[in-house]
Amino acid sequence: MSRIDARVLTISRIGPFRGSATTFGVLIRSGFRRYSTYRQATIAGSFTNIVFGFLRCYVLLAVAAGAVGQRPGGYDVEQLATYVWVGQGLLAVIGMWGWTELSDRIRTGDIAADLLRPVSPVTSYLAADLGRALHAMLTRFGPPLVAGAIFFPLHVPSRWQTVPLFAVSVILAVVICFACRYVVNATAYWLQDARGPMILWTLGSGVLGGLYFPLRLLPDWATVTLWLGTPLPSLLQAPLDVITERDGPAMQAGLVGVQAFWAVLTLSLTVLVQRRAERRLVVQGG
Amino acid sequence: MIQVRELRKTFSVRVKAGRFRREKRVVTAVDGVSLSIERGEMVGYIGPNGAGKSTTLKMLTGVLTPSSGFIEVCGFTPVPQRTRLALRIGVVFGQRSQLWWDLPLRESFGLLRHVYRVPAADHEARLRRCRALLDLDSFMDTPVRQLSLGQRMRGELTAALLHGPEVLFLDEPTIGLDVVSKQAVRAFLGELGATGDVTLVLTTHDLADIERLCERLVVIDHGRVVHDGTIEALHSRYGSRRSLVADLERPLPADFSLPGAVVTSVEAGGHRVTFALESVAAGAAVAGLVAAVGVRDLSVLEPDIEDVVARLYTDS
Repeated sequence: MSRIDARVLTISRIGPFRGSATTFGVLIRSGFRRYSTYRQATIAGSFTNIVFGFLRCYVLLAVAAGAVGQRPGGYDVEQLATYVWVGQGLLAVIGMWGWTELSDRIRTGDIAADLLRPVSPVTSYLAADLGRALHAMLTRFGPPLVAGAIFFPLHVPSRWQTVPLFAVSVILAVVICFACRYVVNATAYWLQDARGPMILWTLGSGVLGGLYFPLRLLPDWATVTLWLGTPLPSLLQAPLDVITERDGPAMQAGLVGVQAFWAVLTLSLTVLVQRRAERRLVVQGG
Repeated sequence: MIQVRELRKTFSVRVKAGRFRREKRVVTAVDGVSLSIERGEMVGYIGPNGAGKSTTLKMLTGVLTPSSGFIEVCGFTPVPQRTRLALRIGVVFGQRSQLWWDLPLRESFGLLRHVYRVPAADHEARLRRCRALLDLDSFMDTPVRQLSLGQRMRGELTAALLHGPEVLFLDEPTIGLDVVSKQAVRAFLGELGATGDVTLVLTTHDLADIERLCERLVVIDHGRVVHDGTIEALHSRYGSRRSLVADLERPLPADFSLPGAVVTSVEAGGHRVTFALESVAAGAAVAGLVAAVGVRDLSVLEPDIEDVVARLYTDS
């Protein structure tokens, strides 16, 4: 094949930053496209989210009815319903569970193909995950929220900054969740099979991320320790507390600040783990 | 283009050595390989299973860190400069896919254009050429997971070439393909090599690939290079000869001899004889045979590369 004198290193007429941004954008779009091919899965997933939404909502409302002053963990009834239904919508957006693509590729040796690209695996997987989250935001976030709004009174945000803060919080949660899952998957570089760490992650992220119950039901010292000591409450609890306006404006912004801290920390860890792994990598199979 | 000196790769494997005890054992996959490949060469890199072929290729492409030794590909050191090297090389692993499973080829190719930052015009020109030579048009819009192996392999080849690589590494590109697909892939690679722009390193178990495509053959076994040279050099080294098979008018007389040739087998009650031609031309041998006993039918067989390589593998 004639090379048409296009050695790639010499061709970037656009600046390196814009070039990287374009590549990143295209990778995001590819993530979006990959998930948009599975329409039936999207519909089935939304249906499941709604069914479990009813279950969780009735349980929490029953708890509220029995609690002192009907405000368990400082949420009123509308805030609790919002917590459940926005949470059900965000579940697929954050994408806590079921991502084993990286560990599968490490186990089979297909990771070699990722390493042979001029883009680092962390960058390309992050972009693809943002595309996935965008697709989920457009398809999976709405249905549970609509279902919740039809059958329960929901909390309507009263502060102007709540919705923009919520948007930032969701993006940060997606990034943190991606980084955590990447590290959990990357244990396969050392263990060949990441099933053990994956089970721990599934359990930990559900219980300590705020999905099974609002962490605010725990004693304050436990909540604060979890929030500052682990990235898990930043996954779901943080965006949900932001949208339900559980706290004052300063605290609301502070929660997003803590998320930003965890996003930087977990992403750095991801890069570090990937670099260490590449040095001792054994590509499986012939 | 490619310089390799004293390349070595060892893996440590834990072996069971008692009920609870495990011993660490060091396995040497590549053991002091040295190679030098020039621009535009087409090199066949062969060896039995487990000889260290794929391991070498992984080290050359920067996916695997060597235990010791020197490597330079396109002026880069593969592992530390992997992402920069990736822009200059193309890799096809016959047993893996670099395409996106859920996307049609057309979109995979478009994505690769951005990943490698290839100008649209160059991308178009190269893609047009691949589409014509590899006959991709009928399945450009089918998701990769629905492609047949032959179709996918043609897609993989295209994907590896769209950024105009200077070196193309092919790890068993024809594995599992049917005869027609194999021929298509070989013809395409032959045409690619004929331009002299692309350096090609090919590992395979199908020696026909090598015979069609590669002038130079590097044979590796137990992590060491056991042959590096042309196919002819391999034949002469192992004394492989052409052979003459003749169906005779009447059985071969017991005292018959053909100067410069040796009888290697006699079948059908002496009516079918095979000679190994050592120091005589086929024409002279045929003439001698016709004069002595009369020949009904005959054929001259080229030495079989598979036999030579099989001998090489079992010897070493």
